[in-house]
Amino acid sequence: MSILVYAEHRNHKFNKASYELISFGNKLAGDLNTNVFAFTTGTLAREDLKTLGNYGCNTILHFPQDVSDDEKQLSRIISDIASERNASIVLIPHSFRGRAAAPRVAIRLKASLAQAISGYPVSLKPMVVNKRAFSGKALIEETLVADISVLTLNANTFGLIENVVEPAIEVLSIDAGSAATRVIQSEVQSGKVLLSEADIVVSGGRGMRSADNWQPLEELAEVLGAATACSRPVSDEGWRPHHEHVGQTGKVVSPNLYFALGISGAIQHLAGISASKVIVAVNKDPDAPIFGAADYGIIGDLQTVLPRLTEAFRKHKSQS
Amino acid sequence: MNILVCISNVPDTTTRIKFTADNKSVDYTGVQWIINPWDELALTRAIELKEAGKANKIMVISVGNSTVEATLRKALAAGADEAIRVDAEALDSFSTASHLADAIKQYPADIILCGIESSDYNGSSVGGMLAEMLDLPSVSSVSSLEIEGGSIKITREIEGGRQQLETALPAVLVVQKGIAINPRIPSMRGIMTARTKPLKVITASAVNAESQINSYETPPQKSSCRMIDPENLDELVELLHKEARVI
Amino acid sequence: MNFEYTEEQLMIRQAARDFAQRELIKDVIERDTHSIYPTEHVKVLAELGFLGMLVDPKYDGGGMDTISYVLAIEEISKVDSSVSVIMSVNNSLVCYGLENFGSEAQKEKYLKPLARGDKTGAFLLSEPEAGSDATSQRTTAEDKGDYYLLNGTKNWITSGNTAGTYLVIAQTHPEKGHKGINVLIVDRNTPGITVGPHEDKMGMRSSDTHSVMFNDVKVPRENRIGEDGFGFKFAMKTLEGGRIGIAAQAVGIAAGAFERSVKYAKERKAFGTELMNHQSVAFKLAEMAVKIENARNLCLKAAWLKDQNKPYGYASAMAKYYAAEAAMWVTTEAVQIHGGYGYVKEYHVERLMREAKLTQIYEGTSEIQKIVISRQINNDY
Repeated sequence: MSILVYAEHRNHKFNKASYELISFGNKLAGDLNTNVFAFTTGTLAREDLKTLGNYGCNTILHFPQDVSDDEKQLSRIISDIASERNASIVLIPHSFRGRAAAPRVAIRLKASLAQAISGYPVSLKPMVVNKRAFSGKALIEETLVADISVLTLNANTFGLIENVVEPAIEVLSIDAGSAATRVIQSEVQSGKVLLSEADIVVSGGRGMRSADNWQPLEELAEVLGAATACSRPVSDEGWRPHHEHVGQTGKVVSPNLYFALGISGAIQHLAGISASKVIVAVNKDPDAPIFGAADYGIIGDLQTVLPRLTEAFRKHKSQS
Repeated sequence: MNILVCISNVPDTTTRIKFTADNKSVDYTGVQWIINPWDELALTRAIELKEAGKANKIMVISVGNSTVEATLRKALAAGADEAIRVDAEALDSFSTASHLADAIKQYPADIILCGIESSDYNGSSVGGMLAEMLDLPSVSSVSSLEIEGGSIKITREIEGGRQQLETALPAVLVVQKGIAINPRIPSMRGIMTARTKPLKVITASAVNAESQINSYETPPQKSSCRMIDPENLDELVELLHKEARVI
Repeated sequence: MNFEYTEEQLMIRQAARDFAQRELIKDVIERDTHSIYPTEHVKVLAELGFLGMLVDPKYDGGGMDTISYVLAIEEISKVDSSVSVIMSVNNSLVCYGLENFGSEAQKEKYLKPLARGDKTGAFLLSEPEAGSDATSQRTTAEDKGDYYLLNGTKNWITSGNTAGTYLVIAQTHPEKGHKGINVLIVDRNTPGITVGPHEDKMGMRSSDTHSVMFNDVKVPRENRIGEDGFGFKFAMKTLEGGRIGIAAQAVGIAAGAFERSVKYAKERKAFGTELMNHQSVAFKLAEMAVKIENARNLCLKAAWLKDQNKPYGYASAMAKYYAAEAAMWVTTEAVQIHGGYGYVKEYHVERLMREAKLTQIYEGTSEIQKIVISRQINNDY
C-alpha cells in the first residue's frame, strides 16, 4: 500500500503544481505510514527529476518515452505501475491531461475517483473528501467506497511542504504499446504566466470600457508576476482572448490573490473565482455585487486607481 | 459516420440550489431541468456535421427516469435522429458511465461525444470512464472537431495553448467550450418531426456507486469587505503583505 | 380544466426564449437607438419557422396551435417587440387572412413564401384620415374588369418597406359604404407604389414603419380575396386574431420588465437592505405579478377559443385591452423601481415602457376594444 503521484512537467521542468502534489502525497504517506513515489514520462534531466526529492519523494519512476499525449496509453501505464507498486492512493494533477487520464485510471484500478478536491481529505480510512459542486454553489463531502482512491488536485489547493530527501531514480523500460492518438501540431505560448497555475491573477471586466484600456491592467500584472484574465462579456466582445475567460462556463481558478477590476460580480463570474484565497475588487459602483464576495474593496474610477495600484506594488517590490 | 452524444439532465443553472433539512441531499422541488450546457454544445456540433453532410446519424443517450425524456425529445427536435433512455438511476459518475457503456454496446457509433463536465456535480469523469469501459481511445478538452473522409481532425486545449490531433476511430471525444458557438435552437419543423423520431427505453441492471455524498453545504460567505481609500493604496499593499500574506 | 402546457408547447416556448435571450438581446438596444431593421434576426426567425408557425404544413407552415404562438410571442417580446410585431403581423394578419379566406391559387402563390419566411407580409388598413374609423376608407380600388386600379395612401404600415406582399384594404363601391370595401393582394414590386420615409417612432424602432402611396397601381382581379365587398369583414375578422398576438406581445413586454425588476430588487441595496425587503417595492412586484398572470390567462383563453373554433372576438378584445393597460402600468413601475438606472438605455426597462405605449394604440386602440366589449355586453345581458 503506497501513494503514487503522477508528476507532470511542462517543457521538461516541473512546476509548482507538481511540487504541491508531491507535498500532498508526502503528507498522506506520513499519515498512513507508507511511501510516496512519483511517476514521470518524457524527456527529463536528472537534476530536474531530483527536485521532486525536495518535497519528500524518495522514489522516482521515470519513463523516458513521452506517453502524455495519448490518454489511453498514459492511463494504462499509470494504472499498471499503481498495481505493481500496490498503490492505495493515486494522485493526478487536475490539468487538461491529468483530469482526462484520472477517470480511465480509476476504472482500470476499480478505484473510486474524486476530481478537483478542495483540500486535504477529511479522513483517510474511510477516504472522505470535500469538493465543490453546482458550479461553486455548493460544497459536498463525499466518501470514496473502493479500496483504492484516485484523486486530482487543482494548482494552489495544497501548499508546498519542503522535506528534502535524496531520491532514487528508476528508469523504466516498459512496452508502452502503440498510440491511438497522434499530435500533428502544437501551438503553445511561452513566457506568459499560466492562468490555471498562477498565484496572482489580474482580471478585467466591462468596467474597463474598451479593449484599448488594457495596457494599465497588463502593467499591473507584470509588476505582480500575475496572469491576466477577464469576465465573460469581455471575451464575448472580443476584447480579450477566450482562454482568459474566468467563470462558470470558462475557467475556474484558485489563486492566492485575485484582482477583479471593473467586474460587477455576476454569479457566473463568482463561480469561477470563489476558490481564490483573497479577492480585491475595484469598481466605481458601490452597490456592485462583487463587494459582497471580495475581501478588500476600492470604490473608484479604474482610470485613476489602476495606475496608482501599479505604482504602490512597484514601490513595495523595490523595497523588499 | 455515426455520432452518439451522451446527454445529462441538470437543474437550470439560474435556479437557486436548496438542500433538504438534513443537508443530505438536494431539494429538487420546483427545479427546471435543462440539458447540460456542455452536452448541448456537443449535440450542436454533431448536428452541424450532419447538416454539412459529414455525418449520417446522430443518436442521443441519457441515463435516468422518465423525467429525462423531455430533454431527449428536445434533442430530437434540435436535429438528433434517435434517442435512447437507459432506465436507471444515475447515482454517481461511475454508475452513469457503466449504464452508458452497457447501452452503447447495443448502439455502436464511430464518434462518441461527451461534455467535459456537468453543471451539477462538475465531476468531469463520465467521458473518460466510458472510454475505458469500452476500451476506446479518448481525447479530452476538445475545442473543435472536423470530419474529413473517414477520419477526424481535433483541436485539444492544453496548458498555455492547443494541439491539432488525429485519433483512431471509434473514439470518445470529451468536448469543452469552443466545440460549437451557438447552441442549436429547435425549429418549428424540428419540434413537429420530433414526435415521429424513435425514443427507445432500455432496462439496465443495477450498478453500485463508487462514491457516496454525505452532506451538502453552501460555501462560507466572505465575512465583510474591507474598504480601502483610493487615495491611500499603500494601505492595501501593506494589508496584502502583512495581514493576508499573499504578496 | 387542464392548465398544464403540453411538452410541445413548452419546447416551442423554450425555443423562442433561447432565441430571444441568446440572439436578440445582443443588439436590441443598438437597433432600437438607431432604428436598424433586424435583417439577420428575421432570417433566423424564418429558418426556425416562427414566421408561419400557425399555417398548415401543406402550405409550408409550422402547423402549431395558437397557444404555442402566444407563448412564443411573449418570450420574444420580453426582449424585442420590434421582432415580435414583425412576427405577429406576418402570422396573425397576413398568413391567417390568406389561409382562411384566400383561394387555393392565392395560397399557392402568396401564402407559401410568407409561411416559409421567404418574404414578410404587411397589412394595409390605416390611412391618414382613418385609423379607428376603418369604415371611412379613402383609398380606392376601381373595378376595371380584369384588374383593380388602386389609388390612395396608407399610414403606419409595419414592414411597409421590407414586406414583399401587401394585403390592401380599399373602397371599390363607395355607395355601398363598408360593404363596398375589398381586400387585395398586392406585390411590393408592382409599378406605382411609393414608400414614404421611415417613421421615427417612440418605441419598436427596429421594425420599419412607413406610409405607402398607391398611384394608379394595377392589381389583377384574381388577387382579390373573397367575394366583392368582403374587405371590411375580412379586416375585422383578421384583426380579431391579430389582437391575440398583440395581447401576447403586451404580456411579454410586461413580463420582461417584471423579471428585470425582480432581479434588480434582489441585488440593489438601499437603507441597509435589498429593495426586495422594502414592502413598498415588494408590494409593487406583487401587483405586477398579478396583472401579468391575469393578462396571460386572458390571452391563453382567447387562444384556446380560437383553437377550438369557437367565437373568440370578445375574449381577444378583453385580452388586448387588459394586457396593453397592464404593460403600460408594469413598465412605468419597473422604471420607477430601477430609479436612475431605469432612465438609461442600458437597463432596458425604459425601452419596454416606450414599447408598451404602442400596444394601447395599434391593431385597435384600447377605446375600440372597449367598444367591442361593451357591444357584446349589450347583446348578452
